[in-house]
Amino acid sequence: MKKSIWKSNAVQSLLASLICIVLGLLIGYIVLLFINPAGAGKAIIAVIKNFMNYSRANLQLKNLGATLVKTAPLLMCALSVLFAYKVGLFNIGAAGQYTVGICASLYAALAWHWGWLACLLFAVAVSALWGTIPGLLKAYCNVNEVISGIMLNWIGLYTTNMILTNVKESTSPYTFHIANENPSAILPTLGLEKLFAGNTKVTVAVPLAIVLAIVISVILNKTRFGYELKATGGNKNAAKYAGMAEKRNIILTLAIAGALAGMGAALFYLTDYEQWQCTASSVPGMGFNGIAATFLGGLNPIGTIFSSYFIQHITTGGAYVDKTMYCSQISDLISSIIIYLCGFVLFLKFAMNSSIARREEKLAAAEKAANEQKGGDK
Amino acid sequence: MLLLVQYTLIFASVLMLVALGGCFSEHSGVINLGLEGIMVIGALGGALMMRYAPAGLSSFAMIALVVLCAVGFGVIYSSLLAVASINFKADQTIVGTALNMLGTAAATVIVKAINTAANPDDVSSTIQYVNQKKAFIVNIGSFQFNWFMVIAVIALIVAYVTLYKTRFGLRLMACGEHPQAAASVGINVLKMRWAGVLISGIFGGLGGICYILAGVSEWKFENGVAGFGFLALAVMIFGQWKPQRIALAALLFGLFRALSNVYTGFNFLVALNIPSTVYNMMPYIVSLIVLAFTSGSSRAPKAEGIPYDKSTR
Repeated sequence: MKKSIWKSNAVQSLLASLICIVLGLLIGYIVLLFINPAGAGKAIIAVIKNFMNYSRANLQLKNLGATLVKTAPLLMCALSVLFAYKVGLFNIGAAGQYTVGICASLYAALAWHWGWLACLLFAVAVSALWGTIPGLLKAYCNVNEVISGIMLNWIGLYTTNMILTNVKESTSPYTFHIANENPSAILPTLGLEKLFAGNTKVTVAVPLAIVLAIVISVILNKTRFGYELKATGGNKNAAKYAGMAEKRNIILTLAIAGALAGMGAALFYLTDYEQWQCTASSVPGMGFNGIAATFLGGLNPIGTIFSSYFIQHITTGGAYVDKTMYCSQISDLISSIIIYLCGFVLFLKFAMNSSIARREEKLAAAEKAANEQKGGDK
Repeated sequence: MLLLVQYTLIFASVLMLVALGGCFSEHSGVINLGLEGIMVIGALGGALMMRYAPAGLSSFAMIALVVLCAVGFGVIYSSLLAVASINFKADQTIVGTALNMLGTAAATVIVKAINTAANPDDVSSTIQYVNQKKAFIVNIGSFQFNWFMVIAVIALIVAYVTLYKTRFGLRLMACGEHPQAAASVGINVLKMRWAGVLISGIFGGLGGICYILAGVSEWKFENGVAGFGFLALAVMIFGQWKPQRIALAALLFGLFRALSNVYTGFNFLVALNIPSTVYNMMPYIVSLIVLAFTSGSSRAPKAEGIPYDKSTR
């Protein structure tokens, strides 16, 4: 019997993600209707259209570039969450690791005037160290990584504010522009700006993030190291029994997750797209949106590339809603609804599989009955 | 000094209320990481009530209405966690995280919509309740007594009695330890877990409104509740899932949180010349250290976090 394509895991994941997206947008639309029925349809379309809200082609390209610039860090945060999740760890601390990554890259660029590569590597190192803290606590003290991660998010935020105050403009709470202080710290564009109507913020960061997603996919699926990590996630005690260093694996995983998030921070802030606000009262949403992208991407590094783009697409699109009626946070609302719905994915897959099984059973029964009838006629 | 006591007591009340909520949910077998979001929504409910309450309400009626509204919002919101994690066996960590993000996002969208509708130039996510707040506060000399301190003590007693002295509480705890065994003697595990999560919604909502009434008279909903839901979870773990110990743990954490508000009142602390940011970080650092020392030997409910499946043993 031919294997139904609906049975394939990839198709089911894709279908489940699409259902989550459609339902998320639908609920977002209903919320808009409640706020003000007059402009709800227009607003949700503005969110979905994002850069296509512009009619001129080069403005569209420029704004597509802007969305891509922000997709790179989001993808890195999503990879950070994903990598840890494959090892059975929920890295909600990605937001904090991202924040200390910002701190390290901006301080190296603005205070020490390092080149971009040095700044990038410094951010990766600092965030990896930050990630080892919940790793050590988990491995040796059995502290739940979600709670320690949240605590470290806040500690990281306050530390970042404190340190970056040294390199901020005297009249505003924002840090200096890298372009004015130290142009050598800005990521090279490699001529990519020509593709996006001269948007010089589109740098090596975008292709680099995509390459890293592929690298993560290879590490997890094709190497012994990745296999050991996944085995540790599956059953810590069994991994230990099989001779794997389960404590080392947990610490290493969170260090790598931290490194990925920190790299995302450097890849974004070293474009000088945005400055850090030293009075920030909460960690950037990037790390949390990364969670949304991870689960929407069906827990697959390649799928995450697309889901990261989608999440960033609607987040940026939120800026285009009619501000006299709605606020841009409507996109945050939609992405959080999507994460909530992702919790139901397992159930959805189960429902799909059992409905397929039922149909096959019916078919088989009908075939059998038909055969018997033929037999009877003879 | 009096100010420190005042802030310690009010923050301890918040932490204790929310931690007790977590305690009920976890004893029934569901990890409630969404407490932070439940607090935000509870606070939203209470704040909306204060905003729309008719002027000239007696303070008792005001307190009753606000508390009722906060609790109602908390319970309704927690049912989102219950339906996903109990009936649909969803991953409790994902759903809890989603609820935290959803809580802040929804509250921001709702408050901004209300503010903009009232005044098109107002795009803030802030609700003010300067006058309404007075109903909750009794000035005894220079000490600001807050009725929520009493509510917290009552909640502690009720929680203790319910968990250890009633049939319901003992059955609830059985569902968190060994649901299959509980089911075998005729307890409806799903119902019990629903009850546990909804009770955590009651306490979470109460804690949320208590938190925004603690030191300020307006609240910006974009900020959520600054990790207080997670601090409460740390309090719960430090308190070993027992109400009486949770109360003590809450006092300790409340003290550190209060210090960041009032340390300027102590000459020797000012003389140390530590930046104020360090005091802001203090509760989180303390909780990390405390967790490092207590999590190893912790005695969590055995079946927490595992969806109930009839067919396993």
